Amino acid sequence: MFSGLTTNDKRLFIGFTIAALAMPLLAWPVGANYPDLLQKFAIYGIFAIGFNILFGLTGYLSFGHAAFLGVGSYAAVWMFKGVTMNVIPAVIFGVLVAGMFSAVIGFISLRRSGIYFSILTLAFAQMSYNLAYSVLTPITNGETGLQLRQDDARVLDRLFVDRAEGLPSTNLFGLEMSGYPGFYFCCVLLIIAFFISLRIQRSPFGMMLRAIKTNQVRMNYTGFNTRPYALTAFIISGMYAGLAGSLLAVTDPLAGAERMQWTASGEVVLMTILGGAGTLIGPILGAGLIKYFENIFSSYNDIMLSESFSFLPDFLNDTLVFVIGPFVGEGWSLLLGIVFMAIVIFLPGGLMEGLTRIHAWYRRRGSGGTPTAGSASSSQAAE
Amino acid sequence: MDVILLQLLNGLDKGGAYALIALGLTIIFGTLGVVNFAHGALFMLGAFCAVSVQALLTISKKVKDESITFFDAYKEVPYLEAWWGDTGSMIIDYAVPLSIVIAIPLMLLLGLGMERGLIRYFYKRPHAEQILVTFGLAIVIQELIKAQFGANPIPTPAPEVIAGSANVGLWVGLGESVVYPWWRLIYLAFAGVIIAAAFAFLNLTTYGMVVRAGMADRETVGLLGINIQRRFTIVFGMAAVIAGLAGVMYTPILPPDYHMGMDFLVLSFVVVVVGGMGSLGGAVLAGFLLGILQSFASMNEVKSIFPGIDQIIIYLIAVVILLIRPRGLLGRKGVMET
Repeated sequence: MFSGLTTNDKRLFIGFTIAALAMPLLAWPVGANYPDLLQKFAIYGIFAIGFNILFGLTGYLSFGHAAFLGVGSYAAVWMFKGVTMNVIPAVIFGVLVAGMFSAVIGFISLRRSGIYFSILTLAFAQMSYNLAYSVLTPITNGETGLQLRQDDARVLDRLFVDRAEGLPSTNLFGLEMSGYPGFYFCCVLLIIAFFISLRIQRSPFGMMLRAIKTNQVRMNYTGFNTRPYALTAFIISGMYAGLAGSLLAVTDPLAGAERMQWTASGEVVLMTILGGAGTLIGPILGAGLIKYFENIFSSYNDIMLSESFSFLPDFLNDTLVFVIGPFVGEGWSLLLGIVFMAIVIFLPGGLMEGLTRIHAWYRRRGSGGTPTAGSASSSQAAE
Repeated sequence: MDVILLQLLNGLDKGGAYALIALGLTIIFGTLGVVNFAHGALFMLGAFCAVSVQALLTISKKVKDESITFFDAYKEVPYLEAWWGDTGSMIIDYAVPLSIVIAIPLMLLLGLGMERGLIRYFYKRPHAEQILVTFGLAIVIQELIKAQFGANPIPTPAPEVIAGSANVGLWVGLGESVVYPWWRLIYLAFAGVIIAAAFAFLNLTTYGMVVRAGMADRETVGLLGINIQRRFTIVFGMAAVIAGLAGVMYTPILPPDYHMGMDFLVLSFVVVVVGGMGSLGGAVLAGFLLGILQSFASMNEVKSIFPGIDQIIIYLIAVVILLIRPRGLLGRKGVMET
């Protein structure tokens, strides 16, 4: 399983596993240790890892990735409705459907590259979104969103259990997928997803993808047909999105078309860029940060602000509330936009590049001071 | 026949907006080589120019309402009306046309500021980063507008004189069955004039000739001792003005809200790509073409054959065009080939 990985990679993977499993503890100091939010961290982490395989590694900027997320959600909910409330078939089905869907879209979109590719994926995603809202209402339940109902078929479940009162909940062989069990289910999948992405990055296939990003023309001239590689990357990335989508359905069995809107596609782009496109850890970091701050800031309002600054004199307090007020609560997207612009302008490599730079500066300053231990850990972090 | 004419007009109208935005996008792309995702935001800012002008003109004071005698009732009377009576209310009525005068210098300044302040640092960066930074800018502008004006559409009516409808059917000999709002006809004419003016500027003036030369070969023009960068900056400002004016004029048709920019941007980008990246004629052609096709697809007869076609027609056409004519309708060789 670990053959072909360097010691650093192994350390990185083990470190990541521990960090992921201990996430409730790590998130405790910042007040994010409740399961709903932790589930979001893990799910959007998976989504961003997948997007990173396409954008960070292969260099194709897709502006329609949320379509696969949405398709995964719908597929999973249909599995819940039709077959069983067990999550395993739902997740597998969601990933497969998203994979097939992305194969079709990828096959067409990848005939073009650069901005044309972005527009094509955007067009497909908008098409899916519009269709989900209008014509496909029998499948997607339109604006209301696809929900579980009391009288769903659930063929497999019927064989073993009688129909109970109320809506059934998603479960893993009897273990209910809400709260911490749900988080750990997502978390295990996140670790697996991370491991696969690590293996991809270190494999010859990953090298091909990097080469496509660096110079596709030269690749063609050396006699490689790049399209199958790019298509594979696209499908893998779509399956990751499908996995994330079906996990969203697992933690809350409801699928709506707004998950496919292009603003949702934009969000995953933001996550990946914020953390650092092309790095292993970056996208997960970006996803976590955006989801965390979205959760914290969007719930703030002016009164809470002035309470948290209440130790300051009145006029300072008022000024601060006046300055910060527009950026929290409803205005959280404004803050996100500004931070995002700043990142693209000053730090195109995202937060990971920032960390690398800080580290380099630190090492230059104390040259020879901190030799091996520090450099090993941070070159991992920079990956 | 009536229905077809009506849909044709509808399509031309929508196409006018698409064409104007796409024209600006193409100009920016052709001159500066920058993919501007914030162009829809400029369109929206233009629309909110009209909203602000209307809000400014209708700043009101509270006046006791004499017609109600049971209790003390107050009504809001705009200062303009209070001072100048009927002349004042007429000025308020003409808020939208008036805001054109204000929008032109404002959008020009905004465009120049945007180019000097942000875009020029991104000439040499990859297209992906240009898309991302302008995307971020679009989010910021959109959120600022939302914070200032709220999330609801703000109705901004056209002047009273032209609020009615024109009997278009009589003009073309179809009887009185085809009526169409005056303002939409004016919008159509306006779009035509702006497009013609932009083309005339680029094709008939010396200034425009130099700009076109710069689009073709920037380095050589620079070597001839022309400050091409400065001209490109001004052209960027003009593209912003075009988008802004399109927005101002569109307000009576569609009450502006904070996400109208993004809605139009996505479509306009599709239009640009269909027309051919870097081709001005292509952008205009594709804009009108897609507008017309979209309105025909929303006819009930068509919808009954292909359900949902009105929702996806534009994207569908974009996909087909990109696959069979990768450069777009009028795209030239060598522009954004990769």
